[in-house]
Amino acid sequence: MAKHRLERSEIQKAPTGIPGLDDITNGGFPQGRPTLVSGGPGSGKTLLGVSFLVNGAQQYSEPGVLMTFEENASELAQDVRSLGYDLDALVAQKRLIVDYIHVDRSEIEETGEYDLEGLFVRLEHAIKEIGAKRVMLDTIETLFGGLKDTGILRAELRRLFRWMRDRGITAVVTAERGEQMFTRQGLEEYITDAVIALDHRVHEQISTRRIRVVKYRGSTHGTNEYPFLIDRDGITVLPVTSLLLEHEAPNERVSSGLKSLDEMLGGKGYFRASTVLLSGTAGTGKTTLAAQFIEAACARGERCMYFLFEESPSQLIRNMRSAGIDLQRWVDKGLLKFHADRPNRHGLETHLLEMHHAVEMFDPDVVVLDPITNLMAVGTQSDVRAMLTRVIDYFKTRGVTALFTSLTSSTQSLEVTESMISSLMDTWILVAVNEEDRKRNRWLYVLKSRGMAHSNDVRAFDITDRGVVITPLGKNGKAVPVAKARKKK
Amino acid sequence: MSDSYSLKLYVAGQTPKAVRAFSNLRRICEEHLKGRYSIEVIDLVENPALGRGDQILALPTLVRRLPAPIKKIIGDLSNTERVLVGLDLRPRRPSM
Repeated sequence: MAKHRLERSEIQKAPTGIPGLDDITNGGFPQGRPTLVSGGPGSGKTLLGVSFLVNGAQQYSEPGVLMTFEENASELAQDVRSLGYDLDALVAQKRLIVDYIHVDRSEIEETGEYDLEGLFVRLEHAIKEIGAKRVMLDTIETLFGGLKDTGILRAELRRLFRWMRDRGITAVVTAERGEQMFTRQGLEEYITDAVIALDHRVHEQISTRRIRVVKYRGSTHGTNEYPFLIDRDGITVLPVTSLLLEHEAPNERVSSGLKSLDEMLGGKGYFRASTVLLSGTAGTGKTTLAAQFIEAACARGERCMYFLFEESPSQLIRNMRSAGIDLQRWVDKGLLKFHADRPNRHGLETHLLEMHHAVEMFDPDVVVLDPITNLMAVGTQSDVRAMLTRVIDYFKTRGVTALFTSLTSSTQSLEVTESMISSLMDTWILVAVNEEDRKRNRWLYVLKSRGMAHSNDVRAFDITDRGVVITPLGKNGKAVPVAKARKKK
Repeated sequence: MSDSYSLKLYVAGQTPKAVRAFSNLRRICEEHLKGRYSIEVIDLVENPALGRGDQILALPTLVRRLPAPIKKIIGDLSNTERVLVGLDLRPRRPSM
């Protein structure tokens, strides 16, 4: 068996169970070896290590030992409880041991030779007690502040990492980021199997967390910096494994929710798992068109997720009720879920990560982002495009049909303002208003729709108390008044 | 200065360092604390769980339980002067 393992090109992995991280590391951390996780204060390294232990104990039947040199055990348990981890329960089930070693230089006198055998004995005892396969040392560098003889300390750390290796322990060792090196004390000299760097940056008052696999001996890995998120469900890393454009393109069609609009789209509506952009100036009815789509999807029994960046869910539900669309009943049935957030609350990446996360949890068939424009104001153009590409690819691989609304400013040409994102969209519908005879008339047309023979008509549409009504323009190029159009039917 | 000294010496097996530390400790106590000390040797190889209470990391570690406050001295106790400072039997020199 051992020989077989040696012949394999990729080494054995211990999955972290952290969504996204196992993708960029091709399966997790190197099994039976230590991994160094370095980052500044508050970068999330302790939480990453704890997630590795908790997931190991809960999902992979690998009990763990958490040896902390920093906070005391009860503070730590409290910190991670806010993220949904109950360390006490795992301790009670003998799937986790938390040991706390406090070193205070002021109360220790050093004289003559010593070693860190006390640490080894305690670690070994804990490992044996629960049959631990995973160990986390958090943050062992604080020992450099507690002990004067760094020569002994360095030699003992070297021995410790070798000792853990000999026992086949998969370890996570956290460290403070140093000025010149990855860690303040140069621990990367001892741990050469895998090095992960965490970063927490604030740009224009918006913070983003990033993770990078600096080194991973014997394994392929993603080399980029990937944004990650810490929320009540723990850590999520946004992977880019789907950047290969290899998702399937289904031939199935889904109704836009309006027969008259489906007619304009080759008679059948949108493609499933495609992207739809609805753009137009303020008050043109983009949200109502989106709501019609949701209404139809929910009526088919599909799950819908509606991301709101401008209105609150109750405001939207009220407004749509006036157009004859009752979204509340779908919420009650659990088919429709709203996710409302202020665009400037966090960075673009965090937003997209949250969406990613929410979609993962709810597993919808249809997603609406309303309006995407608000989100685009949060980042630079290239950032927005890159992240939007990721999220769209993610939707497509999941087979999600995504509809985006976009608010265009009335002074700019409609088609120009969207140049940044339009290439990512399969179907693009423009909605506009003009004023004539002291009346505001709405009209729309399908600017493009990949893979189908779509109408090139400009058609009038109106929002009535029974939903949207789309009608062909009259002979004189003017909209046929809605009342008249209805009578014709 | 008639306090009695309650001392614990943590070791892991009969290593040369442990043996040295114990004989150094005996000698220092006999010279400076005759008749008012007790030494308990705790072998963590036999009782690993006992290392938790006194936050034992390095070995050998000498812990002064009494008189309060708790004091810790790590190493083989080969520098008598340091041991005496650590046990508060000599004033600490200001510059270290």
